[in-house]
Amino acid sequence: MSTYQVPTMAEMVGKGESPEILFWVGCAGSFDDRYKAVTQAFVKILNKVGVSFAVLGPEEACTGDPARRAGNEFLFQMQAVANIQVMNGYEVKKVVTACPHCFNTIKNEYPALGGNYEVIHHSQFLQQLINEGKVVLQGGGEFKGKKITFHDSCYLGRANNVYEAPREVIKALDVELVEMKRCRTKGLCCGAGGAQMFKEPEPGKKDINIERTEEALATGANAIAVGCPFCLTMMTDGVKNKEKENEVKVYDLAEMIAKDMGI
Amino acid sequence: MSFLPQIAFLVILGVAGFILAKRIKFLKRNILLGKAETRNDQTDTRWKTMLLVAFGQQKMFKRLIPAFLHLLIYVGFIVINLEVLEFVLDGILGTHRLFAPALGSVYTVAMNIFEFLAVAVLISCVAFLWRRNVSKVPRFSKPEMKGWPSLDANLILVIEIVLMCAILTMNATDQILANRGDEHYTILGTLFFSSLIQPIFEGMSTGSLVVIERFAWWFHIAGILAFAIYVTYSKHLHIFLAFPNTWYSNLKPKGEMPNMPEVTNEVNMMLGIPSETPADPPAEIGRFGAKDVNDLTWVNVLNAYSCTECGRCTAECPANLTGKKLSPRKIMMDVRDRAEEVGKSIDAGGPGLEDGKSLLGDYITKEELNACTSCNACVEACPVNIDPLSIILQMRRYVAMEESGTPAQWNAMFQNMETSFSPWKFSPQDRFNWADSVKEEQVK
Repeated sequence: MSTYQVPTMAEMVGKGESPEILFWVGCAGSFDDRYKAVTQAFVKILNKVGVSFAVLGPEEACTGDPARRAGNEFLFQMQAVANIQVMNGYEVKKVVTACPHCFNTIKNEYPALGGNYEVIHHSQFLQQLINEGKVVLQGGGEFKGKKITFHDSCYLGRANNVYEAPREVIKALDVELVEMKRCRTKGLCCGAGGAQMFKEPEPGKKDINIERTEEALATGANAIAVGCPFCLTMMTDGVKNKEKENEVKVYDLAEMIAKDMGI
Repeated sequence: MSFLPQIAFLVILGVAGFILAKRIKFLKRNILLGKAETRNDQTDTRWKTMLLVAFGQQKMFKRLIPAFLHLLIYVGFIVINLEVLEFVLDGILGTHRLFAPALGSVYTVAMNIFEFLAVAVLISCVAFLWRRNVSKVPRFSKPEMKGWPSLDANLILVIEIVLMCAILTMNATDQILANRGDEHYTILGTLFFSSLIQPIFEGMSTGSLVVIERFAWWFHIAGILAFAIYVTYSKHLHIFLAFPNTWYSNLKPKGEMPNMPEVTNEVNMMLGIPSETPADPPAEIGRFGAKDVNDLTWVNVLNAYSCTECGRCTAECPANLTGKKLSPRKIMMDVRDRAEEVGKSIDAGGPGLEDGKSLLGDYITKEELNACTSCNACVEACPVNIDPLSIILQMRRYVAMEESGTPAQWNAMFQNMETSFSPWKFSPQDRFNWADSVKEEQVK
């Protein structure tokens, strides 16, 4: 039996190979304890399916998204230009990431700074793998017949019009997908975008993630599916705040697929 | 036969035209206070967007009841204004119902359509007044709507109701007079809606009816001209500006923030990367980001003048929904108010932009800017493709880069990113540690 492989670009290029995709892990995927599980789940799927991939490993840096949204264009461009130099150095063509913020920034904002890649979100990539029959789901496991609601992340949905891929992935799990009142183009933000993740909210009556969690719980779903590390944190906190953490779990799409595959 | 009415009409028309021309010049100059931006690409998509979103009101139909009522007023506005052509010609030539003889029964059909729309507009306006003042739809009573904005909204509805009443009164009395054999008036076929109110006038003398009919005619045409001028002072400008505003829509993905090339040059220098355009440095680097209206682009200011303060943006804004100060509608109203203030000051020979005030601080506070999650709900919600987020983000750039006025927690995030290339304080050496356990795990 072999172990899972997580090759870096440096290793691959050292061996004279060039992987098909670069898996952009992102800061949350690298450092956030909860989201590291998502990164690991996604890497296991890639291994199982036999996708030729690599990560940047220690050479990866923040895309700069929160700095740009907080107004610090210098810092954003410092991060972006350095990342682009690394990626162009490895002649990266295709990038897959599990973070909608990284996805948006690399896809839409790096071209103006000389970084041109095909960028797809892991929900789109998983959908492709399922459609191509490369990921074969057991259609059972712990999610079978359960009610799942999907929380649209703003940077995937409104920002880039990706609404159906994550839903197709969930539907492939033989579950009942229930929609919140505000979904797709009308989806309510979790409260973390625009660099809000990194500061306390401004004074108000309520925290945004509580408002959204209440809406998610109102669907009667057994689990809340997300496709974004910030949404995962905000919704998990919201469920805890409502003291529902034992009944309602918050999962990333990749985790749900990996669980179904038994890996 | 007196030419007096014709002369009076020409004078009214001339004065209204003169005032309108001045107002349009004023508005155009105010919009162009914004910085240059070229948005002439993808013209096919632009025309299509304008056709669907402005002409076809595509985005209004996310909310069906107001969409239907608004559609009636919109169609009424366009169609009834065809009649204004006849009004103007009648006024100049001293004729009455100039097109009636040539069009015959078609004219009667057209008049019935106009009357139907007039009634539809009237009912819709009453329903809208109800929604604003009786059932109090929440988005119409937010703090930024206090005072003039609410009065403006109600005035528009009342003026439209009065103008529609004038049309119906004119037609009702006109036909009574025609049937009494007054040679000045032409007998048409049945005008369904105005015939319903004829009993009110039937007992009156011919002299009184002529006075009422003429008054209604003059009131309607002068009212329309006055309303056209009023619109230039009002949120109601959307009836014209929705069209250019949608044509100049942002066609890029909503998540994309425009690059700042002036920063790229400096970043490239710092990183020792040869700049692509070294021979062509920007002529003059203004401020980074936006402090005042002239730092925004002209499209941002056009957006502000196109805003009809419907508040769909604010109703969808997660920050506003949870009680934060931010309201995207207020951002748009502030930009317009500031542009108006600067414009008036310039016209009065005043200091204009140098009046010691600015959009940031005097109109929009940092607390509002800092509450935004950049979720694009406001942009998505706007029926005429206004982009409040673009303004918020440009102002954040000013706060961060010119004032270093970002919240302390953001400054800490900046510092983490500078030193360890992550918004959190982790050692960059540990970035790949997540893989250690996976690499030891057996493939199942």
